[in-house]
Amino acid sequence: MNNKKEFIAARVAKELKDGDIVNLGIGLPTMVSNYLEPGVNIILQSENGYVGLGEKPEEGKEDKDIVNAGGTPASINAGGAFFDSSMSFAIIRGGHIDATILGALQVDEKGNLANWIIPGKKVPGMGGAMDLVVGAKKVIVAMEHTNRGQKKILKDCTLPLTAKSVVDMIVTEMGVMEVTPEGLLLSEYNPEYSLEEIQEATECKLIVRDDVRVMS
Amino acid sequence: MSKQISIDEAVKKIKDGMTIMVGGFLGCGSPHRIIDRLVESGVKDLTLICNDTGFVDYGIGKMVVTRQLKKVYASHIGLNPETGNQMNAGECEVVLIPQGTLIEQIRCGGAGIGGFLTPTGVGTMVADGKETIVVDGKEYLLEYPIRADVAIIEAAKADEAGNLQYHDSTRNFSEQMATAADIVIAEVREIVKIGEMDPDFIHTPGIFVDYLVSDN
Repeated sequence: MNNKKEFIAARVAKELKDGDIVNLGIGLPTMVSNYLEPGVNIILQSENGYVGLGEKPEEGKEDKDIVNAGGTPASINAGGAFFDSSMSFAIIRGGHIDATILGALQVDEKGNLANWIIPGKKVPGMGGAMDLVVGAKKVIVAMEHTNRGQKKILKDCTLPLTAKSVVDMIVTEMGVMEVTPEGLLLSEYNPEYSLEEIQEATECKLIVRDDVRVMS
Repeated sequence: MSKQISIDEAVKKIKDGMTIMVGGFLGCGSPHRIIDRLVESGVKDLTLICNDTGFVDYGIGKMVVTRQLKKVYASHIGLNPETGNQMNAGECEVVLIPQGTLIEQIRCGGAGIGGFLTPTGVGTMVADGKETIVVDGKEYLLEYPIRADVAIIEAAKADEAGNLQYHDSTRNFSEQMATAADIVIAEVREIVKIGEMDPDFIHTPGIFVDYLVSDN
């Protein structure tokens, strides 16, 4: 299963440019920083109050005063800066994040995103997610194409939304899809799957680009 | 006149039924000594405003376990299963607020702002019961300020005038909470004499801080 996630993370990493300010959601998105192209240095923002989020500290060297957005020990890189939460969300909501990469429960062809609640089952709260997707210049959903056979890329989200019309791009192990006014465009695909299989696994209609490429 | 009081005197300022703001992000930057004493004190029926409800054994989460909270305003409760349990059982009312909205509500509560417009939450459950206002063709939710009876925060260093410096990512919500409560109590690691802190490097001016509780 790790191979699928690594494949997705590696493709997402290609979207990032040198100097980009990026926020990575928990889980699969955090793997993206392992696959940056050579010469691409990004600045990671941690919503709890700094830019320059660095590597996980060595065991025994944790500083309880530096945690990441999941509350676990983190570090800050040279050149980073600490600030308070009002500044953090000015950065997030004010359009200063070049890309936010996060997972989803559901995405639909209009770019609506549902990733924070399953009513009656999982109600953890939205944290910074709603602000992130509304404010970031580019919203990339990085996730497995289906969940135990259940479709996640839909005509309309059925779960409560995180935000409306925010998703720009979806990257799964099957392909790269872009949200456009005409619908969801499949611009790249993983040749391990046929185009039919990819459409089968997707509820909404996928518009296949004329020059659809194999996923790098 | 010194602002320093004992931890016992500080804890007595929080009475049953009060609304309290507690600094910290998943416990990082929380006033842990005061929280432990509040747990021992048995003060109850509190309304808590905090980014999250920590963990069952770390930070403000301990007060969820001891059932001292009747209502919680937070952006995320997922890492403390006890909060979810009490919420589902109707024992604790939980209001989930996007993190950027919550910090701005606190900021406005201290800054004399009567209401603000944010795009976060438009088209989601967060918008229920709220006014949507359109400015230049873009939709915003009208959100209102939030204040507390007592704010309890943690800082690394204070001088006797109450000027505070925070360390690393402990700042998070505390900087704004210090402005938005009737009484502000800061648990600090070190208290120095007036004149020993450079006015250029003060995060919270002492005019906001009513009481200091030393860490030792």
